[in-house]
Amino acid sequence: MSTGTSPPSTPVSTVRVVLPAHLRGLAKVAGEVRLEVGGTVTQRSVLDALEARYPVLCGTIRDHDTFRRRAFVRYFACEQDLSHDPPDDPLPAAVAAGAEPFLVVGAMAGG
Amino acid sequence: MTSVRVLVGTRKGAFVLTSDGKRETWDVSGPHFPGWEMYHVKGSPVDPQRLYASQSSGWFGQVVNRSDDGGSTWSPVGNKFGYEGEPGTHLYYDGTPRPFEFKRVWHFEPSLTDADTVYAGVEDASIFRSTDGGQEWQELPALRQHRTAPDWQPGAGGMCLHTILLDPSNTERIYAAISAAGAFRSDDAGASWKPVNQGLRSEGIPDPKAEVGHCVHRLALHPSRPDTLFMQKHWDVMRTDDAGESWREISGNLPTDFGFAIDVHPHEPETVYVVPITSDSLHFPVDGQLQVWRSRTGGDEWEPLTAGLPQRDCYVDVLRDAMAVDSLDSCGVYFGTTGGQVYGSADSGDTWTAIVRDLPAVLSVEVQTLA
Repeated sequence: MSTGTSPPSTPVSTVRVVLPAHLRGLAKVAGEVRLEVGGTVTQRSVLDALEARYPVLCGTIRDHDTFRRRAFVRYFACEQDLSHDPPDDPLPAAVAAGAEPFLVVGAMAGG
Repeated sequence: MTSVRVLVGTRKGAFVLTSDGKRETWDVSGPHFPGWEMYHVKGSPVDPQRLYASQSSGWFGQVVNRSDDGGSTWSPVGNKFGYEGEPGTHLYYDGTPRPFEFKRVWHFEPSLTDADTVYAGVEDASIFRSTDGGQEWQELPALRQHRTAPDWQPGAGGMCLHTILLDPSNTERIYAAISAAGAFRSDDAGASWKPVNQGLRSEGIPDPKAEVGHCVHRLALHPSRPDTLFMQKHWDVMRTDDAGESWREISGNLPTDFGFAIDVHPHEPETVYVVPITSDSLHFPVDGQLQVWRSRTGGDEWEPLTAGLPQRDCYVDVLRDAMAVDSLDSCGVYFGTTGGQVYGSADSGDTWTAIVRDLPAVLSVEVQTLA
């Protein structure tokens, strides 16, 4: 028997993402990117949403098939290096709340 | 009105140089893709407005761009280069097995018959093809899966497939060259490959019949004689007249037979150009004198071309994909240097001028002759 109530909807967060200059150029964006991310906000869900919005970024941050982070790309948020965190771990609450951005950073290397 | 368009890939962007048939004054546009390494930009011989550009970065990987208006505007296309099946291994510098791993596109070779078909030579060495203008890339896996591949070792620049030549008289025949595996030929459009390195002699490979292991830097052919190939090897300038079945040395009186670039005159199949570089440990011209050397006899006898080129204090390199020829009646020859100069000659190399002097290090030069 129907109760007449709909299942709870998946929460959607507005996440701010800061890209390095070269990737902003590829995606043709200026400044921060704001993404609607459904469910738990994780590295994977944020990057999935980013690549869905900007397919040109596929393969530039993480591998096409394995989704492993490219060696010279790092992730930061809330003054923490999150690069080595599991991709399905929740990101800090401040990122999920949109108070702090998720930073994709090109590692400082080379000359 | 006839014009020429020179496509220049550099360490920090791409540039398009255009001129009329006189090739006296030039317009320079760029940088396109500023800050990115542009290994190669090449146009389709079927539709000269169709260009393919390899944009890459050690940080952000490979991007492929396509232009449908001769380089005025660009659009990113497919950048997924996946090896088919198990990638297998090759030998690393230290001699240990290392899985094949895609790193970048070194060279695009657009089809001679279809503007939407283009081949890509990549590092780690393999060849890919797109038949939809670069949106999707399929590996031609037989080369990477060749029985000799586990013994291939990278050259100093990486294990790159840097040369792809399409035989204009036989659509089934493709030549490819890999540093430091050697030259290969397919007679079935890439379904199978044969090493074609007999006659090459390489320091460190005592067996003169070694099937692979040669550091071939570049191949060139004239469309009217597709069985004749010219090769700049690590050391030695070579030629074959039987589609690679046997090679003979044609270095002759060159001041050094080390170098990277080699090309053939568009109207004279026996006229060949090289840029001698001092040695494998000294990647600059002999005695600081930048010289193109030309043979009008198909090799062995060479003459230096120096007019307009710096003859003192010049310590640049000319890389393997950085020389090209146009097809105007008075043949234009072009080359770029790691010092950022692009030199051009409108008289088959007799005299040279710098079209531009201060670009980033030049990785590749291609030219289109436009009606």
